[in-house]
Amino acid sequence: MLLFAIRRMLQAIPILLGVSLVVFGLVHIVPGNPIDMLMPPEASPEVIAQMKAAFGFDKPLYMQYLLWLLRAVQGDFGLSVFNATPVWGQLVTALENTFVLAILGAALGFSLGILCGMVSALYHGRWPDKVFSAIATVGVSLPHYWCAIVLVLFCAVLHDWLPAQGMGDDSLPLYHRLQYLVLPVITLSLIPMGVIGRLVRATVLDILGQDFVGALSAKGLTRWPVIRHIAKNAAPPVLALMGLQFGYLLGGSILVETVFNWPGSGNLLNLAIFRRDIPVLQATILVLATFFVLLNLLVDIAQAAIDPRIRR
Amino acid sequence: MSTALQQAPRAVDARDRGGPAQPLLIVEHLTKHFPVRGGLLNRRVATVQAVDDISFSVRKGETLGIVGESGCGKSTTARLLMRLLEPDSGSVVFDGDQVGDKRGIAVNDMRRQMQMVFQDSYTSLNPRMTMAESIAYAPRMHGLGRREAYDRAESLLSRVGLNPRQYARRYPHELSGGQRQRVNIARALALQPRLVILDEAVAALDKSVEAQVLNLLTDLKQSLNLTYVFISHDLNVVEYMSDRVMVMYLGRVVEAGPVAEIYRHPRHPYTRALFASKPTLDPDRRTTEMPLTGDPPNPINPPSGCRFRTRCRFAQPRCADSVPALAAPFDGNADPTHLVACLVPEAQSAGAVHHA
Amino acid sequence: MSDITLDRQLVSEADTLVVPAPGYWKSVGQRLLRDRVTVAVTVVLFGILFITLGAPLVTHYNPYAGSVLARLKPIGTPGHWLGTDETGRDLWTRLCYGGRLSLLAAILPVTISLLVGGFLGILAGYAGGFLGTLIMRTMDVFYAFPSILLAIAICGLLGNGLLNSIIALAVVFIPPMVRVSETVTTQARNLDFVEAARASGSSTLQIIRHHVLANVLGPIMVYATSLISVSIILSAGLSFLGLGVTPPQAEWGLMLNSLRQAIYVQPYVAALPGLMIFATSMCFNLMSDGVRGAMDVRLNK
Repeated sequence: MLLFAIRRMLQAIPILLGVSLVVFGLVHIVPGNPIDMLMPPEASPEVIAQMKAAFGFDKPLYMQYLLWLLRAVQGDFGLSVFNATPVWGQLVTALENTFVLAILGAALGFSLGILCGMVSALYHGRWPDKVFSAIATVGVSLPHYWCAIVLVLFCAVLHDWLPAQGMGDDSLPLYHRLQYLVLPVITLSLIPMGVIGRLVRATVLDILGQDFVGALSAKGLTRWPVIRHIAKNAAPPVLALMGLQFGYLLGGSILVETVFNWPGSGNLLNLAIFRRDIPVLQATILVLATFFVLLNLLVDIAQAAIDPRIRR
Repeated sequence: MSTALQQAPRAVDARDRGGPAQPLLIVEHLTKHFPVRGGLLNRRVATVQAVDDISFSVRKGETLGIVGESGCGKSTTARLLMRLLEPDSGSVVFDGDQVGDKRGIAVNDMRRQMQMVFQDSYTSLNPRMTMAESIAYAPRMHGLGRREAYDRAESLLSRVGLNPRQYARRYPHELSGGQRQRVNIARALALQPRLVILDEAVAALDKSVEAQVLNLLTDLKQSLNLTYVFISHDLNVVEYMSDRVMVMYLGRVVEAGPVAEIYRHPRHPYTRALFASKPTLDPDRRTTEMPLTGDPPNPINPPSGCRFRTRCRFAQPRCADSVPALAAPFDGNADPTHLVACLVPEAQSAGAVHHA
Repeated sequence: MSDITLDRQLVSEADTLVVPAPGYWKSVGQRLLRDRVTVAVTVVLFGILFITLGAPLVTHYNPYAGSVLARLKPIGTPGHWLGTDETGRDLWTRLCYGGRLSLLAAILPVTISLLVGGFLGILAGYAGGFLGTLIMRTMDVFYAFPSILLAIAICGLLGNGLLNSIIALAVVFIPPMVRVSETVTTQARNLDFVEAARASGSSTLQIIRHHVLANVLGPIMVYATSLISVSIILSAGLSFLGLGVTPPQAEWGLMLNSLRQAIYVQPYVAALPGLMIFATSMCFNLMSDGVRGAMDVRLNK
């Protein structure tokens, strides 16, 4: 077991290196000099040369990469081109906000998904199955940014129940601030609900079809213990997918955050793209991708801990 | 039964190179080990010694039976002969030409003369191809025209007992196991081979269907001048089909010889134990041999020297020191081709098994 | 002697069916036709295709011309049955013409990834060994990114435009396509009939063409179809962020964005483009489910 964990961790290292290469390389394969993107066109050659030296663009490419990587590992991503504040600070604050949304969205989505999936599987073929399967399918096909707009439409525009945007001020009471969370969290929970719901349904149906479940029932076990057995067997693939979905929520929240103007890492990314703020862009993508890789690593190890067949 | 047929004069194949005295297949010191990977860096942690230094020959026109329990290396041997697996060492000589050698015969040419029928009749056939397409595939790939290939496929279908008008355009899932296995046999015959390897070809069939397919195989062997290597774990079937038999244990050959001799006077303690495990209702055919003792073999860490020694009640210290070679039995042999791999005379002669 | 045994065998195993059963693909088609959900969904998809490709036939307005006087009219206005957008252009017309770009931006990346990813995956699956490992490990690096993030990163750096959005999505879709193709090919390769084909002395190319491909393309195509439903949402999402199609072009995601401010004035009109995205994505999703179901039962014989 420990051997498997160590091996998996070692495998993650080249992937992380590859990720950093991709992030670094993306900026440089883009047509146009990075400097030209930062400087106004009328800047004099001396100023340009100065900026180049300051940013290190005059050094050979692999040197730039190594320097960037070295600093990145220590948390130093430089200053934002837009507002000259340290990138790291902005990123951390933004990440915290996204994290709040992701955790809540995941919790809501996973619980609803597991519920839908279990009910569908246990009442296979009858109307609860059809209803909950339809809900899950809708959850997966729904463009969540559109859903966000629709929710805003009903709850904020037409009926003024909940705030439409933003995160709320620190000065507001907690109850009021929580209102800002409701719509974004519901929106984020839809896709995980759909995805997990479908997987749970398929997995549980698969297990129900296996002989040992019949054997358990024949032994005289009542409903609840059988369900616990099913849950234990269905856990590994579902857990893996949950980890993946959480990663998507963290890394892919940009669309929802844009609609709700939620100051998270997705919003930061959006702004960075439009301001051509390369340091912020690189830092955000790198950190989010790293999170994703580490999350997958954790999920793999957790899966192996539960299901001994996975460890080789 | 087989011997009677063998005595009829046989037409000589145009591809014959060495005449009737030369064995069609000579296998020498064939070895195949599979690495077991594990540990931190996925290194080779252990080795499965699937086939270890086996040597045998197959005469033209005979049926060589290979028996043994699961894991003894029978199927690996079949795949090594067909070169579906590359041997680690050893050589295969087909009608005088070494396979894979520049001066010998190329693997692809050998495959035109040697074919194989697999155990699972369903997965052996492409589910998306009709029966005629499956049979015609190999000839077409070797350059035969479409019309001729399909004609040959249809004539082969009727040869194996299936009406081509009914079966040529069927798919595998529409046929029964016995019918599919007939198609597999037809497919193996499509390239007009001289040697056919039957790897547990009837193991998955019902008894009545098995009998029909075995009869078909016997007919085909006679009419098409074939040589068979018949692999099976079913001792009765091997006795029915084979002229000579080879017994394998944990990747090695422990006994080989004419079928009647081996079945009547088995010498190797493993062979005797194998026959003792055959159930029979005849009160005259009672055995006095003790059943096998000890743990089932592990091909990853086989015992040193003679691999059967951990389960053999006649084992002596020298059994662990050296690998017993195939040699004549200690009490002399009625047939010079009867060979045993055992160093202990008492082991070879103890407890006769009444069995004919 | 042989003739007698053969005759008896013919009689004992004779099949009463004389008419040959339909081929594999035909029976899949028959199953699909009996599945009402899939049929309904396919009809809807054809409808969507019709109104987008045949836009001039269903509407006479110009998608780019609008009158400021007629801006943001509600649903049901005479002459503009779905209302108008923020510059006065007829919404129904914009939806129809916009569908062309939306569908193009969604289907083209999937097609590219099918060709490139499918090829790489089948190669990796059949050849295995060092080449296979190399391909899969390279894909693993791209798998380390959440799809939206990677798409946005590539798009954000390449710039706006339909072409860049297509490239970005193609890059995002290639790794999962490679993974699916590799898995399916590896499974097919280990089946006995492929071994038998190898034993018959055919070349690798012949074996792949005749035995592997037919058995592998089915699941790959099903996956590609389900990928289209994701692609529609992602490509519209990119345009929504301003990274894809640029104004004044018509495209559903872009329309959703530009109508966002109008949500306080004409809420229902503002939500319409999203409805098209949702409906199209849902149809592709259900269709791919239906095709997979029709193919699976046969395979599990």
